[in-house]
Amino acid sequence: MTIEETEKKIVDEFSAFEDWMDKYEYLIELGSELEIIAPELKTPERLIKGCQSRVWLGAENRNGAIHLSADSDAIITKGIISLLIRVFQDRTPEEILSAKLDFIDQIGLRQNLSPTRANGLVSMIEQIRAYALSWAK
Amino acid sequence: MTYFENIRSQVPALSAKVKGKDLVYLDNAATAQRPESVIRLFDRCCLEANANIHRAVHTLSAEATRLYEEGRRAVAEFINAPCRECVVFTSGTTASVNLVANSMARGGMLGKGDVVLLSEAEHHSNLVPWQMAAQFTGARIEYVPVDDSGRLRMDVLDALLAKGGVKLLALAHISNVLGIVNPIAEVTAKAHKVGALVLIDGAQGIVHEKVDVQEIDCDFYVFSGHKVYTVPGTGILYGKPEILEALPPFMGGGDMVETVSYGGFSATALPLKFEAGTPNFAAVATYVPALEFARSLEGNQVKTYMKGMTDYLFDELGKLGGCRIYGSNGEDKAPLISFVTEGAHHADIAQLLDAQGVAVRSGLMCAEPLITERFGQSGMLRVSLAPYNNPEECQKFIKALEKALAMLR
Repeated sequence: MTIEETEKKIVDEFSAFEDWMDKYEYLIELGSELEIIAPELKTPERLIKGCQSRVWLGAENRNGAIHLSADSDAIITKGIISLLIRVFQDRTPEEILSAKLDFIDQIGLRQNLSPTRANGLVSMIEQIRAYALSWAK
Repeated sequence: MTYFENIRSQVPALSAKVKGKDLVYLDNAATAQRPESVIRLFDRCCLEANANIHRAVHTLSAEATRLYEEGRRAVAEFINAPCRECVVFTSGTTASVNLVANSMARGGMLGKGDVVLLSEAEHHSNLVPWQMAAQFTGARIEYVPVDDSGRLRMDVLDALLAKGGVKLLALAHISNVLGIVNPIAEVTAKAHKVGALVLIDGAQGIVHEKVDVQEIDCDFYVFSGHKVYTVPGTGILYGKPEILEALPPFMGGGDMVETVSYGGFSATALPLKFEAGTPNFAAVATYVPALEFARSLEGNQVKTYMKGMTDYLFDELGKLGGCRIYGSNGEDKAPLISFVTEGAHHADIAQLLDAQGVAVRSGLMCAEPLITERFGQSGMLRVSLAPYNNPEECQKFIKALEKALAMLR
């Protein structure tokens, strides 16, 4: 599945929810399934500090594909991270750099990615792109 | 229509919908919603009196200047300032504190080894400017602790004042996290006995307490207009006239000078000496209706109403279990309650409340050292009430919180 196809699948899944509480319930569920970053990798360099919640992000280059793991102290943040990871997991740097991430708008989560330092998610996307850039051919 | 329904009906933003739900706005300590009278005058200033003030001779400019100075008169009366000239307009509380900190540092009123005394519970805006001034001058900052109930440790305050060297005491009238009304007149008298100046951060105090700067006898009282029902960008620095006279200006530019030559300048008289550049004139004029609205909310009827809602929230949060409140209830408690929910992250709770139309504050609340170092938390939730809120909204909040907790725990 391409990044675009994965994004479309997520949008379809979210279109079933009419109420915001249902969306969040689903995100909470996704959050508990997130591939958690190994405890020894939870170092200050991997910490993205927000005013509201904290995010740790790990990335490794596995034969040209980027493998991500992450964690957050807030469960809804973890749910959103797991969506981002689903889109970006084991992709090449080129694929990651060309992704538009339109699904975030389409499922109404733009508010959660507002350009504040609130929850570290914007910085997380930037950080994933930075890893991709450094590993791009 | 009851008295409180009438108050609420004057504030149009309260009938908004959020995510399809009726808005329950409980983040008043961050900014208040405005009465229609304020919005209308702001509109009128933009439509009919938009001209730069204090400069031109034309009619529009004269009208804009009149409206601006009316705003100053309204503020001076509201806080019982001894004169109009000791009320300076800034962009907000933060700008007011920065002005005093910079001018004191520059004017040699703070120097190496001097002590600036703060409380542990200050907002960043009454903390970081002093840390910057300390870096610049070599002055030292000391903190008066708060006890576990959120009250200022008066015994430690006495001891720190007695140690000597205190040039300035800067203290919140009401902490934006703890909601405790500090005994500012008593503290001011103590600080004056050792020759220190006193700055009161009234960002929250101006909303919930009757402020009489002459009775408090503080040297500076600062606050933001947007928390007392006007628009952002309307900060106030009140200072005793003789002290403002002695302070050098902070920002240079138009309107603050008497004469300028290539060789130098001379500063003009108060209050314009501290108002360089074009101020937020359209906004400042709206202090008149905003403070009229605030005046209508003074008195025992409103106090009792607010106390009733605050007590209700204390009771219900207590019943929920696993909710820990910082800043315990009492006669000195403002309708502003910060708490943590065990087993559920504050950001998640705030998000789930928002999904139900309820707006609260969450996070570090611009008081990071208080929350992390003093109380060992990574963030808190805060509900803060205004007289246009009602008991039904408090109930809705508790129900929404219960629902959020059930999803997260």
